[in-house]
Amino acid sequence: MDQHLKHPTAAVVPTLRPTDFEALGTQSAAPMLVRPSRSYWQDAWQRLKANKRALVSLYLVVGLILFTFAGPLVWRVDPALQDIDQISLAPGADRRALVVEPFAAWNGVTEWAESQGQRGLRVADSPNTQSVRLKWDPVAGAGGYMVYRNIYEPEGRDSLGLPLMQIEGAQNYYEDRLDLQPETYYYSLVPLDGAGQQGNDYQTVTAEVRRVITVDEVIARNLVDDPSALMPGDEVMLAWHPLGTDYLGRDMLARLMAGAQVSLFIGLLAPLLFVSFGVVYGATAGFIGGRLDQLFMRFADFVVALPFLLFMILFQVVFGIGPGESGIIPMMVALVILSWPATARLVRGQILQIREEAYVSAARLLGASNKYLITRHMIPNTLGVILVTLTFAVPTAIFTEAFLSFIGMGVAPPTASWGSMCNEGLKTMLTHPHELIFPAAMISITVLAFNLLGDGLRDALDARMRSSE
Amino acid sequence: MWMYTLKRLLQGVITVWFIATATFFGMHSVPGDPLSGERATNATIRANLEARYGLDRPVSEQYFIFMGNMLRGDFGISYTQQNREVNDIIREHFPVSATLGLLAVLFAAAGGILFGALTALYRNRLPDYIIMFLVILGISVPSFVFAALGQLSLVNVNNVLGFSILPVAGWGTVGHMLLPALVLGLGTMAYMTRLMRSSMLEVMSADYIRTAKAKGLSPTRIFARHQLRNAVMPVITVLGPAIAAITTGGFVVELVFAIPGLGRYFVQAVQQLDYTVIMGTTVFYGAFLVFMVIMVDLVYSWIDPRVRLQ
Repeated sequence: MDQHLKHPTAAVVPTLRPTDFEALGTQSAAPMLVRPSRSYWQDAWQRLKANKRALVSLYLVVGLILFTFAGPLVWRVDPALQDIDQISLAPGADRRALVVEPFAAWNGVTEWAESQGQRGLRVADSPNTQSVRLKWDPVAGAGGYMVYRNIYEPEGRDSLGLPLMQIEGAQNYYEDRLDLQPETYYYSLVPLDGAGQQGNDYQTVTAEVRRVITVDEVIARNLVDDPSALMPGDEVMLAWHPLGTDYLGRDMLARLMAGAQVSLFIGLLAPLLFVSFGVVYGATAGFIGGRLDQLFMRFADFVVALPFLLFMILFQVVFGIGPGESGIIPMMVALVILSWPATARLVRGQILQIREEAYVSAARLLGASNKYLITRHMIPNTLGVILVTLTFAVPTAIFTEAFLSFIGMGVAPPTASWGSMCNEGLKTMLTHPHELIFPAAMISITVLAFNLLGDGLRDALDARMRSSE
Repeated sequence: MWMYTLKRLLQGVITVWFIATATFFGMHSVPGDPLSGERATNATIRANLEARYGLDRPVSEQYFIFMGNMLRGDFGISYTQQNREVNDIIREHFPVSATLGLLAVLFAAAGGILFGALTALYRNRLPDYIIMFLVILGISVPSFVFAALGQLSLVNVNNVLGFSILPVAGWGTVGHMLLPALVLGLGTMAYMTRLMRSSMLEVMSADYIRTAKAKGLSPTRIFARHQLRNAVMPVITVLGPAIAAITTGGFVVELVFAIPGLGRYFVQAVQQLDYTVIMGTTVFYGAFLVFMVIMVDLVYSWIDPRVRLQ
């Protein structure tokens, strides 16, 4: 065989015989594939699995989806149910309550043993969440008294806290029944002069308020198995809230789950919709090209130039939230309308690039139809980029929802979303930080998971966009 | 160059017109108007008010009146804040937002460039890991959470120290600005750090860096003259969108820190359907953002002569 391949200028040209054209038969020594060939997606999956951060984020996403959809099946608590005995309860707080007699008005005369013999301002009965009873020795020359309450220890005349009551005349007792929580309160008493003006003197007393519950409430709330044996003075365990309650006494865990449904619904569906629209729009522009492309892209440029948040808020108002509606749909529509151009641009760029590739020209020369080109070359080659865009669009959508709900232009109460929960939590941030921290942590974890997953997918799917790490 | 600038400016004007028109008709399609508040007005007063503000005319006519006034730079008088011109509201409160935004961008850019360069120089070593972890945190935590937590920790720090190192909220002195600006800039800073890191890594393996090393330049000089200057380009590109994001995203930080910025007036105006204030602030913000992006593009071509404008 070798002689046939010699340089053409070789002197002797041997004559060709028919046997020279016979097939050689199977060559057993031909190189064989040792490993089975892997498809693009298998390859990407392998690379994703090798990326530890991406894998962790994938588990996180699965965990979040379980939390959102399986969670409410396990933790069957109504997120709108108010537990008025346990308002703004921190997680892990004491949930024992003392069973007491129903409330009866106080005449200001009876006094418990502990305070008898004390002088000045004193707590006249066991302070509990039903009432705190204060009594004091009359101050000489006082025309009345002002009672204050603070949750912090007063540091001076200016920090006595909430003015509870102005008492005229010689009455020397006061019963506080205002929104009492089981915590330590500092009561202060300021005597008034004859003209009703407050002086600079004050006395302060500390009251450690105990959580109490009446027998009727225990039975109504089904807290004990055997109500007949219940006696005042017993201790009962109130309903359990693993993550505490919010400022209206609603269970945080149940609300976080309900909020997850709203946040993930918007966070997943809105990107899915606007990415799909962007893909169709961009692909059409890129594939057809010419004047249509120009027109399509000009319009996309305009939409991009709109100030996003301003229009997001305006759209919210335009679509309006009627009474009893949650405001989820208007937000979705606004997100889709404003967010598609980025994907459209990206996909158009990809399509324009692929259209000029040699393999597409080759396919065209071989007589491939448009349909074949689109389904066999365009879509598979852009799918990776689209998937990555989709993953990164999720945190953006969740951020936007949270942001809008936070400024009070998102979902309407009582619908819970993580953003609106943050908004509510902000008001009680200083005294009950858990109401802010839990929803904030949920947003952060979700966004983190999708960001890391997006990074991993980008590294696994698209060699050109691979980050240099 | 001049042709390009002119073309971009023209495009910008068209965009602003588009924004104004879209906002105008969007706003008017909302049921109700600024006069239909909670206080019931009697029919005669209402008719008088409508006539005074021109609300009795068809929307299309109102549109042309508005456009004419806008071209003369007059956005009218607020419906809800009596006797306050929209121009006055913008003049008074935009500088606050702008100062806050500018400081935030400054924080973001300075921090992003510094940390990005550091991570690249210490690639795959402890400082790199620490900073990249913080970056991921910065990208994943919304600014209002940073704002709230920042304020909470400041309160605690002030309490522990017994005196206030920085004011917790409000506006007025430089001290008031620092924490809000930092909080506002954190997300962008994280993003810029990431960008700077990858761009720096790319530059560090470039041929001209090897040449510089070969001719014996000191590492500091290579870093300052060659690496940093070349690596900073992509960061400058995102400066335009960053300014846009930060000035409009300032709403929340303004809300948390009780800063009298323009964002609050916009949100308030939308809630109360204060037509003139909505139009004024939207058009103003829109124009500001559009021209910021154009500016950055022009500056970019000035810094990097390789970028041709067309």
